[in-house]
Amino acid sequence: MATATYTGTEKPNYLNWKTSVASWLFTYDHKRLGILYLISISIFFFIGALAAMFIRLELMTPKGDLLTSDVYNKMFTTHGVIMIFLFLIPSIPAVFGNFLLPLMIGARDVAFPRLNLLSWYFFITGGILVLIALFRGGIDTGWTFYTPYSSSFAKGEVSLAIVGIFLAGFSSIFTGINFLVTIHKMRAPGMTWFRLPLFVWAMYATSLLQVLGTPVVAITLLLVAVERTFRIGIFDPNLGGDPILFQHLFWFYSHPAVYIMILPAMGVISEVISAFSKRRVFGYHFVAFSSLAIAIIGFLVWGHHMFSTGQSIYAGIVFSFLTWLVAVPSAIKIFNWMATIWKGRVHWDTPMLYALGFMGLFVIGGLTGLHLAAMATNVHLTDTYFVVAHFHYVMVGGAIMGYLAALHFWWPKMTGRMYPEGWGKLAAMLVFVGFNLTFFPQFILGYMGMPRRYHSYPEEWAVLNVLSTAGSSVLGFGYLLPVIYLTWSLKYGKVVTERNPWGARGLEWELVDPVPDPHNFERTPIVTRPAYDYAHPEEPTGFIPKPRPVVVGGKDG
Amino acid sequence: MAGHSESHVHPVSLYTRTLWWLLALLVLTVAAGYIPNVPNWLGVVIALTIAVWKATIVIMNFMHVRFSGKLAWLFAGAGFFWLLIMLAFAFADYVSRPWEPFHGWPE
Amino acid sequence: MSVQEIEKTATLEHTGDGHHHGDGILGEQFETLEQQNNAYLIGMWAFIVQEVLFFGAIFTSYAIYRYKYVLEFTLAHHELNVWFGSLNTFVLLLSSYTMARAVRAAMQNRHKKQAIYLFLTFLLAGEFMLNKYFEYGAKFEHHLFPGGDYSAHEVVKHAKEKGELRIVEENGREFYELGKTRDGQFIAFKRVTPEEFEQRTRLFFGFYFIMTGLHGLHVLVGMIVIAILIGRAWIDHLKNKPIADYMPVEMTGLYWHLVDIVWIFLFPLLYLIGR
Repeated sequence: MATATYTGTEKPNYLNWKTSVASWLFTYDHKRLGILYLISISIFFFIGALAAMFIRLELMTPKGDLLTSDVYNKMFTTHGVIMIFLFLIPSIPAVFGNFLLPLMIGARDVAFPRLNLLSWYFFITGGILVLIALFRGGIDTGWTFYTPYSSSFAKGEVSLAIVGIFLAGFSSIFTGINFLVTIHKMRAPGMTWFRLPLFVWAMYATSLLQVLGTPVVAITLLLVAVERTFRIGIFDPNLGGDPILFQHLFWFYSHPAVYIMILPAMGVISEVISAFSKRRVFGYHFVAFSSLAIAIIGFLVWGHHMFSTGQSIYAGIVFSFLTWLVAVPSAIKIFNWMATIWKGRVHWDTPMLYALGFMGLFVIGGLTGLHLAAMATNVHLTDTYFVVAHFHYVMVGGAIMGYLAALHFWWPKMTGRMYPEGWGKLAAMLVFVGFNLTFFPQFILGYMGMPRRYHSYPEEWAVLNVLSTAGSSVLGFGYLLPVIYLTWSLKYGKVVTERNPWGARGLEWELVDPVPDPHNFERTPIVTRPAYDYAHPEEPTGFIPKPRPVVVGGKDG
Repeated sequence: MAGHSESHVHPVSLYTRTLWWLLALLVLTVAAGYIPNVPNWLGVVIALTIAVWKATIVIMNFMHVRFSGKLAWLFAGAGFFWLLIMLAFAFADYVSRPWEPFHGWPE
Repeated sequence: MSVQEIEKTATLEHTGDGHHHGDGILGEQFETLEQQNNAYLIGMWAFIVQEVLFFGAIFTSYAIYRYKYVLEFTLAHHELNVWFGSLNTFVLLLSSYTMARAVRAAMQNRHKKQAIYLFLTFLLAGEFMLNKYFEYGAKFEHHLFPGGDYSAHEVVKHAKEKGELRIVEENGREFYELGKTRDGQFIAFKRVTPEEFEQRTRLFFGFYFIMTGLHGLHVLVGMIVIAILIGRAWIDHLKNKPIADYMPVEMTGLYWHLVDIVWIFLFPLLYLIGR
């Protein structure tokens, strides 16, 4: 490992000290794995976005004239499966969790680097299987795989897609295990729980969800595949089974899954908002514990997806009440972030624009969730575009904005280059405008009764649908811009020579080289200051690098 | 965080005692299955109680949780507690369906 | 904690196990062997937690269907052989014991003992799988596998013999009455059509094969890992290695005990309750 192929004159870093393809594909380095995930999920994102493009193109006109209903079903299934399982669930944890976690806690790597590599292999294999399934004719069950359609009637590559998702699920589980152990056992001396960046708390809560929830969807989808092969009748009412049982098991994971998607984004927002207001996060303990509260309560609400499918109304009452409860910790975070920005010295850089966009859009998404959480209004709104708008507000307006904020915020640390700020701001504003234009009309459409997953609709809803499609082109363009200018910046962007271009707080900014060393820290840090210590000037008095032991005959490079 | 590793060796008697208890409980559990005139729900309760007892001594003694730090206890407990959540809430649906004015599922 | 105190404890941590880096035992990302061992233990426990949820979901499904179809499931489960099940439970409990002894031997660095106990565990696991093979074979013979040629014939026959099922005819259609015979009198609890009876008993066997099959798969994987550990232990013994890393054995032990615990619940829930 000490035999680097690097021959340049600058200091070797994790990117250039070895450059063979093998050194990337067989790496144990958490930073390289983060980059590998970044590339993989970006590819999946654009395939999923392509499917979305077809959906919006079809919906531009009331008649189902672009795609047959069968092909349309395959489109929204493709869009859902790829965006959820292959993009959103891994996104922030696999890219930024991997890259940042050891840096933020002062460790040399995660607890199980080889498991980390295995995680990525599982992810890629699973993703490829899903793509093969989609291109070999596809699946039209919806990403929710509701039975008995998916288990008894659907034609197509359902079982193959299920195997792919199963493998991707195990990638998620292994990542969760890795992060839990890393956070418990690898923190640098002095890095107590309440000195951790809030991103780490968010990743901890997310990892709990991944480990406790994913195995349930794994076995559930496996049962669907077994059903397709042996027709046992577990979910088929014609054979004595109950389709609602599938929904119980499916949503037991899939509801916490949405918190897997949003909690890391919330962690990012804590980091970005404090860095660009130059203030500590207000109510640190509240924000930290609210992440855990969301994770735990989030496991108790899954029945709110099943109010009108046959679940008993008494169970529904319980689930409805708990769903209202889960909104509280999210609201706590919003209030604390607002208090953080208040009287801060706000810098309106791109990451901050995305973070502010997150706050507004997440509030809308979250509040509209309450309309759905109340059983009475749910009966009218369920399976309409209201639901579609609600979850896109939280998953795109929320999670993806958080992802883009993270991408821009940590771009200099990951690549040593700065992106062009002007283009960054432009893209952020296009994304914000495009997003609202796409999805706000859908609230109205849903309220008026337009059902989801239909490729045609009555004439009177044409205008709102056209607006939505127009918005989606703006949004698409807004997503394309970063791909271009971020890639451009790799070669032509301004080289970052200082450790802390943003003047932020955190070990990854204060102690790690502009582009990190392969082993992160020259010497083990010792932490003595609280997190977000913006009140005091940035100087490493609180971090006393301790010499690493001199290892005789060690395998360390 | 608590969780010191299992670095010291336990006496063999710990394991042999546990094995005898497990075998005794096995005999008990089979015998309990043959007691006549036991209502179904009671049979389930007895079987589950014995199974939980067996699982507990395997976890405590064979898996060394008795000697491990709080973190191992927390993880072990969390897994079973979460399973309980799934069972409880799912059953809440099925148990309460007959209370509704219209039956969804045939008896 | 003052800076000086932190420095002091950090120093203490850094002395001592530094040489393990050279042994190849201590991973680069860890400071001490104790940290590494703790990390591996906690990691294994996290894996076990997800296995509990994995099996737990299918236990939940079984529990729900048993609740709804208790009579049909009870009649169907009489086809399971309690003696085979008990023998399998005995074998698995014993294998947990030998596994625990193997871990203990590994901690003592007594590699020959370790290899022997691991081998005993392997044999017991193999015996479990052999029993499974015979059990499954009998099920296939009696058309109880929920595939295309499933038939509830055996279940009906045995239920009639025990006085728990009676065939009645009404309006030219056949019904099964499920109940109990007390003092020569048949008391009916429920009436179902033959199709319903066949579907619901088939569901029971579906769960039986899925749950025991998944469990058997885990036993097989465990056997493969144990075989590898036997090899390594024997090599350590032949090379007279003074200190070997016992963590892989300990972690495999945890996995093996989990497999045992799953069976501890499977056995009564499938084979016993309702006799």
